[in-house]
Amino acid sequence: MTVENVTTSTRLQKILDNYYVRKILLSIVTLFGISILIFTIARVLPGDPARLALGPRAPEDVVEQYRKLLRLDQPIYVQYFYWLLDVFNGRFGLSLVTFRDVLTDIIEFIPATVELIIFTLIIDVIGALSLGVISGRKPNSIIDNAVRIFAYAGIAIPSFVWAIILQLVLANWLDLLPAYGRLSLGIEVNRITGLITVDALLNGNLVAFADAITHLIIPSLSLAIGSIAQEARILRANLIENINKDYILNMYAHGIPNSIIFFKYALKPSMIPTVTIMTLDMASTLGNAFLVELIFNWPGLSRYGITAMLRKDLNAIVGVVLVIGLAYTIASIIIDLLVSYLDPRVRYKR
Amino acid sequence: MLLEINDLHVYYKSYWYILKVLNGVWLRVDKGERVGIIGESGSGKTTLLKSILKILPQNGIIPRGEIRYDGKNILKLGDNELTKIRRKEIGIIFQDPMAALNPVFTIREQLYDIIKHKMMIEGHNPSSRELHEQAVKILNDVRLPDPERVLESYPFQLSGGMRQRVMIAMALISAEKLLLADEPTTNLDVTIQDQILKLIHKLVIEKNLSTILVSHALGMVYQMTDRVFVLYAGDIMEEAGTNELFNHPKHPYTQLLISSTPRLSSVGVGEGIKGKIPDYRNPPPGCRFAPRCPYVMDKCINMKPGKIQVNKDHVVSCHLYD
Amino acid sequence: MSGTTTSEVKFSELEKKIKRENWRRIWFRFKKSKLSVIGLSMILILLFMAVFAEYIAPYPSHAGLYIAFKNAYKPPSLEHILGTDMYGRDVFSRIIFGFRYAFMMIGLVLSIVVPTGVILGLIAGYYRGTFIETVIVRLSDIFISLPPLVLALSIASILEPNIFNSMLAVSLMWWPWYVKLTYSMTVSLRNEPFILAAESQGASTLHILFRELLPNELGTILTKVTLDAGWVILIGAAISFVGLGAQPPTPDLGTMVSEYSKYLPEYWWMSLGPAAGIVLIILAFNLLGDGIRDVFAGE
Repeated sequence: MTVENVTTSTRLQKILDNYYVRKILLSIVTLFGISILIFTIARVLPGDPARLALGPRAPEDVVEQYRKLLRLDQPIYVQYFYWLLDVFNGRFGLSLVTFRDVLTDIIEFIPATVELIIFTLIIDVIGALSLGVISGRKPNSIIDNAVRIFAYAGIAIPSFVWAIILQLVLANWLDLLPAYGRLSLGIEVNRITGLITVDALLNGNLVAFADAITHLIIPSLSLAIGSIAQEARILRANLIENINKDYILNMYAHGIPNSIIFFKYALKPSMIPTVTIMTLDMASTLGNAFLVELIFNWPGLSRYGITAMLRKDLNAIVGVVLVIGLAYTIASIIIDLLVSYLDPRVRYKR
Repeated sequence: MLLEINDLHVYYKSYWYILKVLNGVWLRVDKGERVGIIGESGSGKTTLLKSILKILPQNGIIPRGEIRYDGKNILKLGDNELTKIRRKEIGIIFQDPMAALNPVFTIREQLYDIIKHKMMIEGHNPSSRELHEQAVKILNDVRLPDPERVLESYPFQLSGGMRQRVMIAMALISAEKLLLADEPTTNLDVTIQDQILKLIHKLVIEKNLSTILVSHALGMVYQMTDRVFVLYAGDIMEEAGTNELFNHPKHPYTQLLISSTPRLSSVGVGEGIKGKIPDYRNPPPGCRFAPRCPYVMDKCINMKPGKIQVNKDHVVSCHLYD
Repeated sequence: MSGTTTSEVKFSELEKKIKRENWRRIWFRFKKSKLSVIGLSMILILLFMAVFAEYIAPYPSHAGLYIAFKNAYKPPSLEHILGTDMYGRDVFSRIIFGFRYAFMMIGLVLSIVVPTGVILGLIAGYYRGTFIETVIVRLSDIFISLPPLVLALSIASILEPNIFNSMLAVSLMWWPWYVKLTYSMTVSLRNEPFILAAESQGASTLHILFRELLPNELGTILTKVTLDAGWVILIGAAISFVGLGAQPPTPDLGTMVSEYSKYLPEYWWMSLGPAAGIVLIILAFNLLGDGIRDVFAGE
């Protein structure tokens, strides 16, 4: 073995030892696992998927044709092999609802969901940080108790119920914001990225931008409230715990101003558990988006997914679930990066 | 007189109960004097030191008492004056440097803030170069090798001894008059304990600082202090010059404490004192040592003993000397 | 067990006494935390209503299929405190029957999920470093790497839409979380002296798993069970809401919200009633769960 070979192999070893490389490789394996899982469940569980999909009144020869199309007449590993082959060729199979390739559908519908989730995250971070800080700064004050009650409500009320309440109150009763859709009738934006707010800005259409924002508020608020409540509660608890730690008292002992102590030395360590919990909150948000998009008639991936589920559109279901799984994996890697940015102990351990 | 504490009470409130920790403590420190406080863990030594700087945890309250520093009552001082004292007159070394250094900031960030705010109160806003020079100088003062690397490190990347040196460096920035040291060697290896003690001793002499050294390591207190206070369960039991106290302890608690420390006692082996520190939720109404005292009398149970001057430089709080 | 000496008897009695006192202390702490007592009382009241729905509901016949169009769309009144729906059914009565389905969901799902997950977790943790561990842990990882609601919805979508299949879907999604919890506890207890001692005395694997390891993990598992009960309702309601669970006219709370939401915003009381029912159950279990967690955390 030459010297060069040794160095490349140790370099490779080093790359493989990297926490994130390992995490990404593991995620890829897991995504394959998910696809096998969904695939298996879809075909092993009782009932004839083709019959279920087409309904009891479809003629037998049409059902038979569909069965052939999905290769349901072949053993499951053969089906999976062909599906995988398709995936590597950039096809996810035909959708029963749109009669297009599932990937085409996904590309069309995903921007609306991305926009909704990003807006939700912005509201979530602002809300959780400000509520957590306000109540953590003055524990047991009136405002802290108000936040605590809000936190209980936020956790106990599911986001689809929030969606109904907010829609009813803010849109129908008070008429402050639009109740459905992404844009008002008569306003149009040329599609560039598919994110309407971004496209409106790129077109220089500020009216459309403002309109898109007003449409985003209620859906993303209904998605964010649960996470805000959860994270604000954790941030508050950690702030109250950390403010009595010796490393904070030490700063008081040196006459460092209160605001620096609170917003620098107490807030940063308190944010670590809060950011960590965001992985779980992200999972709920991605799940709840399915219901919220349905309620607000939001033309996104999740509503497409629900339609597919109600119509037993197997290829579309597998496609959507896989994309959501991928999105969740990426989100959790980003959150991991954030945690390690905040916490040097984690950074050096990785 | 630099520091004089009278009748200091400190309570901790929790949701369920109140812990009555300090129960009328007195203390005095002359200029240039090195004072020791001894007693078992849980006697309220740390609480006493923290109240001097008014840095008790948020559930700590001071219902009664005064802490007179340089003639002014610290407990009634305005924010500006208190800040000035905290920034450049009194410094504190915490017991556990791992807990007292912020885990998610480098030593540089923490040290810079401390130096910067001290210089700002002196009317000077330092540049980052000045900050760096000062930081390196102060780390050199505590004999830390490779200060540049230490500055870039997070607390968990340093050894226990190095962390304690950083802690001492921080304390020295603020301690131009009085240094409070809370068991500065508890969490260290024996060999390093000795180095740290010698370092503190040397720096105190060099800078002519008044010192309060809190410890349950009696040998260390014996070597390093001029006068000793014995604290038990939030009460001062005895006060005397160091030699006087170790050679002629009057209070039963002091006697037991000294005889239970093997290296100091002339008789017997260290066996500890029977019993436990009382429950602060519901402490004994009279002498707090009564439940463990071998010479307990009826009046000890219900009546708290006063200060009794047994000779010129020796005060004891015990009914045996009434 | 024939040669039990007196000292052993005394010891086991002492152990029992300590255990009794532990439980008494736990109960004492529990009683002191007002929120968890409120939570428990709410659960008991709701459970009572669910069990005796026929006697408590003012119009028990309205639970399922029942049509009286002349009574339809009535807003809340003394006669119908939460109004009537599009078929003239009393919404309040239907909610009470909805509680029955909610508790059934909790009971069924948790009684499938907890034993399955705990047993697999114990086995995986005990056979650490073997093939068995790899299979169980990797499989759970795959389930956990999807957002729970997404997984539950996609499983439910493949089955016939009815209430039992939605319970099945929730259970299929949930068991790996108990595997993970039990597994990590078992791994950390695996090399404790008391386990090694039992092993060296030739105790059977079953004995070690269920008599040595499990009792030490029960407190944490119990806490998770109470905290999870609310989530089971939430996921179940979500499945019903999109139409993949119980179908009308089943008086399932999620199904009712879904059915009635088509009549928003004019007939808002129809949706808000069952929605409030869902919130009440989740809130009750959250309050109780928080209380139980504090009690065990304080131990």
